[in-house]
This record gives sequence, C-alpha cells and structure tokens, in this order.
Amino acid sequence: MVGILKPREAVLPGFRLTLGFTLFYLSCVVLIPLSVLFLQSAALSWQEYWQVIADPRVLAAFRLSFSAALLAGALNIVFGLLVAWVFTRYSFPGKRLLDGLIDLPFALPTAVAGISLTAVYSANGWIGRYAEALGIKIAFAPLGVVVALTFVGLPFVVRTVQPVLLNLEQQVEEAAVTLGATRWQTFWRVIFPQLLPALLTGFALAFARAVGEYGSVVFISGNMPMSTEIVPLLIMTKLEQYDYVGATAIALAMLLVSFAMLLCINLLQWQSSRRSLSG
Amino acid sequence: MKVLNKSGLSLLIVSLFWTIAGCGANTSGQQQEAAAEPTAQPAVEILNVSYDPTRELYEAVNASFQAYWKQKTGQTVTIKQSHGGSGKQGRAVIDGLEADVVTLALAYDIDAIAEKGLIEQGWQQRLEHNSSPYTSTIVFLVRKGNPKQINDWPDLIKPGVSVITPNPKTSGGARWNHLAAYGYALQKSNGDENQAKEFIRQLYQHVPVLDSGARGATTTFVERGIGDVLLAWENEAFLALKELGPDKFEIVIPSVSILAEPPVAVVDKVVDKRGTREIAEAYLQYLYTDEAQEIAAQHYYRPRSTEVMERYADQFPSLNLFTLDQYFGDWQNAHRVHFADGGLFDQIYQPQG
Repeated sequence: MVGILKPREAVLPGFRLTLGFTLFYLSCVVLIPLSVLFLQSAALSWQEYWQVIADPRVLAAFRLSFSAALLAGALNIVFGLLVAWVFTRYSFPGKRLLDGLIDLPFALPTAVAGISLTAVYSANGWIGRYAEALGIKIAFAPLGVVVALTFVGLPFVVRTVQPVLLNLEQQVEEAAVTLGATRWQTFWRVIFPQLLPALLTGFALAFARAVGEYGSVVFISGNMPMSTEIVPLLIMTKLEQYDYVGATAIALAMLLVSFAMLLCINLLQWQSSRRSLSG
Repeated sequence: MKVLNKSGLSLLIVSLFWTIAGCGANTSGQQQEAAAEPTAQPAVEILNVSYDPTRELYEAVNASFQAYWKQKTGQTVTIKQSHGGSGKQGRAVIDGLEADVVTLALAYDIDAIAEKGLIEQGWQQRLEHNSSPYTSTIVFLVRKGNPKQINDWPDLIKPGVSVITPNPKTSGGARWNHLAAYGYALQKSNGDENQAKEFIRQLYQHVPVLDSGARGATTTFVERGIGDVLLAWENEAFLALKELGPDKFEIVIPSVSILAEPPVAVVDKVVDKRGTREIAEAYLQYLYTDEAQEIAAQHYYRPRSTEVMERYADQFPSLNLFTLDQYFGDWQNAHRVHFADGGLFDQIYQPQG
C-alpha cells in the first residue's frame, strides 16, 4: 500500500488550489463576518465595553443563557443516548418513521417550535396545566428556556451517537460477559468509553446551538428582564434601538465565552478519544 | 509564502469578478426599464416598506392608487410591499433595502433612516399632520364581560390584575403603550414626574410576560389566556375582535390616551437614484385623499379628514387624546428618557438594592 502513492501525491489534486479555495471560502462565510464583529465593537473603549457587559441585566442574561444551554446539553446527553440506544438496539413497528422524526427540530423554523412549545407548556396547555397544578411553572419561566433549548439540541446527540453505537462490535460485549462482567460493568467499562467522544461532540454541538438560539426561546421565556431574558434577545433589543456597537459588544462577549467553552469540550473530547483508542 | 500569495490573488480576482458582475446586472436592469415601452409612459414599480399591521390596509390602498394613477397619467404602477417589525424594517432600509417610501410605526425609526442621510432632515414637516395621514390610539382589550372591571388606567394596577404589553425595547407598539400610560399619569398628577414614574413602575409589576412584538403579545393574551387586559393599538384591537369573535373579548376605551401617529416619508436617496420621486410623492399625497382616508377608516385607522371621520364616528369613540410632543418633546427625547440604556424602563428592572 505504502508504495503506490508517493507521500507528496495526495488523493485530491492541487494542494495550493484547494488551500486557496478553502481559505477564500472560509473567509467569505466565516472569518470576514466574524472579524466585522471585532471591528464594530472596536468603536468602544475598554471601559465603555466593560460598562455594556457588566450591566446587571446583561450579566443576568448571560447567566441564564449559558446555564440553560449547559443544562439542556446535559439533558440531551442522557436522553439522546437513550433514544439512540433504542433506535440501534431494538426493532419495533414504526421505527423508521420515529427515526426520521428526530431530525425535525433541525428543519422546523424555530419560531414555529417556540409557539408550539409555548402552547403545550403554558398554564392552559396540554402538559402545562398538569405541571402548573403541581406548582411547576414551565412556560414564561427559566424552565421554559431549558425546554426550548433541549428541543433544538436533541438531534445533535442522537445523530452523533447513533453511528458509533452501530459500529460497536458485538464480540467485545460478548467477551466482557464471558469474562464475568455484569450488565452494568459491560456498559460502564466497555461501551461507555467508546461512546464518550461522540457524546461530547453531540454535547458541544447541542450546547453551541442552544447558546445562540433565539426564535424558539423568545416565545416561551416571557422575556422578563433579570429573570428570563436570554443574551440573543438583548442583542436584538440593542439592534432595535439602532445601537449596533452595543449589540456587537454583547455578541463578541458571547462569542468569546462560547469559544472558550467549546475549546474545553473539544480538549476533553480529544483526551477521551485518545484514551479509548489506546486503552 | 507562495501559497499565501496565490490564495490572496484568487481572493482578489473573485471579488473583482463579483463587483463587475454586480455592476453589469444593475446597468442591464436600467436599460430594460428604459427600453420597455418607448411611446407610452413606461410601467414603473415602487417599494413601500411598512410595518406589520398595515399589510391589509396597503393592499387596499395600492389597488386604489393604481387605478387612480392609470386614469390620471395612463401609466401603470406596481407597488410592492414589505412588512415586518417597524425597527427591523428601518434597519433594512438603512442596510440597503431600496424603499421608495417608508410607512413605519414610529417617527423614531424614520429619524434613524434620515440620520444616515437617506432622507432629508425635516422630513416630518413635508406632509400635512406631521406626515401622518392616519392615526390610531392605545386602548384596552379585556375578556368578555370585563370580569376584573377594568375601565381606565388606574384599574391596571389594582391587586390581582395582570397586564399584557410587549417589550418597549423590541416593539414599536409597546413604546406607544408605555408613553400612553406615562402621559396619563403625568396628566393626572399635574405633571409630577415622580408620580408618573411610580405609576409606570407599578404597571410593569403587573406584566407577567414581555413579548418581543405586538402580535406575540396578542397571541399570549388571546390564545394562551394569560392576563386580564391587553394594551393594544386601536386598529389591532378591532382586528382581534373581528377575527376572534366579539363573544370572547371587548374593547375598553380609557379616559385619556395618546395620539399615535404612524408617519410616512419618501426616501430621497432612493427615489433620486431610481427616478421615481414624482410617483412616490404622489403616492404619499394620495393617502390624504378622501378615497384613501375612507380605506384607512375601514381598516380601523382614524382618518385625518374630518368628513370621513364623521361618517365613522360610531366606530371611533372620542376620548381625550394627547400628542407625543405635548409631554415628551420629540421621539429622540422620549427615547432617551424612557427606552435608551439606563432609561426609565431599564431602571424599573434593575435589581432593588
């Protein structure tokens, strides 16, 4: 095998051309728009920038946006894994159809999702009325934000975990059982380490989507300052007042925090995938 | 190094290509327009960028204007419409949406466009009545039978009453609601600002949900059954009543409210570039004719024409209306005091130390 392709001959031709194209494409779609964010907020001095970010309302929104996104990502790890597990390990009538439905949150306009979720979870909705009877307020409360973010994030975990589950070799589990492992040990020591990188990827994707989510949340959250306002809404309120600089300042802060968090998740993922490969 | 140079070069070439292609598309469009009908007046198209609730109003107005213009000049005119939140529409025009005329919810949004040099300063004096051919006001929509006995502003802050109004930071309509309430409180306390602020503060404590737009607030009130009273534009309240059935809701007219003036303006930069000034100006002036005023009244906007207003007197009960400049100077001022960062609305929601 080694002799057939010389090391300098790649499968795709024209490294320079492809690199040029890659850089150009990335610049147009990602790098230039993002650098405009930096440029626009450069109109503020550090002190002004800090004033925009350190406003109690903005801080409260950051707290809600990131904690709700983390919570929603965590929920999706648990339940997304369960859903993926059921779809790969069992067969039942209507499985194909249900499997297709998982992707709907990708396709649905988020405003539609937000309105439907609000209808279901508000005090006179199908689920909301029972929750309210138990004293749990979902719509127009922080919990509603978590519900909306969980909804939009679910497909990410399911779709990243599914292929890994499909590729797991039955023999490994059988070997574990013949060596005397219990069911729990088989899952925890044999299956889970192989799933962890995919779970972390799914978590990162769901988290990133949730942090920036706007459409579905504004309907279910109630948008009350200091309690259920999310960061993207604050950015919209700044834009609505033609305050481009303030809006980009908040957006930039959001970008930096998200980037730092995603970096951490990716590091974790990298470590765990190395461990599962070597171990 | 060589790689980078090449990629930089390809970037330059492609962007150049785009610029040329863009220019080409523009000129060929103009040529087509000019070549269309050499003898008769060429057909012309203008774009009216407006806000959400005026969709049906302008559909009717446009059909009527088209017939009027055809009869007057023999020229066929098509008016395209664009609707959305007032602030979003204003931003779209600033960012390059080629609107010949703008018909928005607040003068503040048109001011923002004027600030960018697209509209000449002093635009609001160019047409009669502050450039607002029709008006509206803020009224209350309550549930049938008015179970909480809400008849005027003070009833909104009674214990147990919950009020639905959108967020004034994101909704133009909500700004009118806010100013109407504040103006009432000022009038009642003979101009005591502290009392007015206290009234507004208490009012927002009765608001359980701040939707991002007026239609969202209507949905919350009507579909979710949340709140006892919805603060709404008069025309929106009528529309909700018409569409949802008068057996579920009723309109309450407060003793005092604000004269909401949604203004219109020609976008100078665009009409001069496209050569549509004449028709754009005629279009806006047409809004003041009896025909258009009648259409406005049919769509529940208060007409400026006293004659038409008399015909629709049953529909529009008279109430004590104050204007924006009476209590707030102008929109810039109102915005600075009430809605800008650190303004009154923000102060209400700061954590109480």
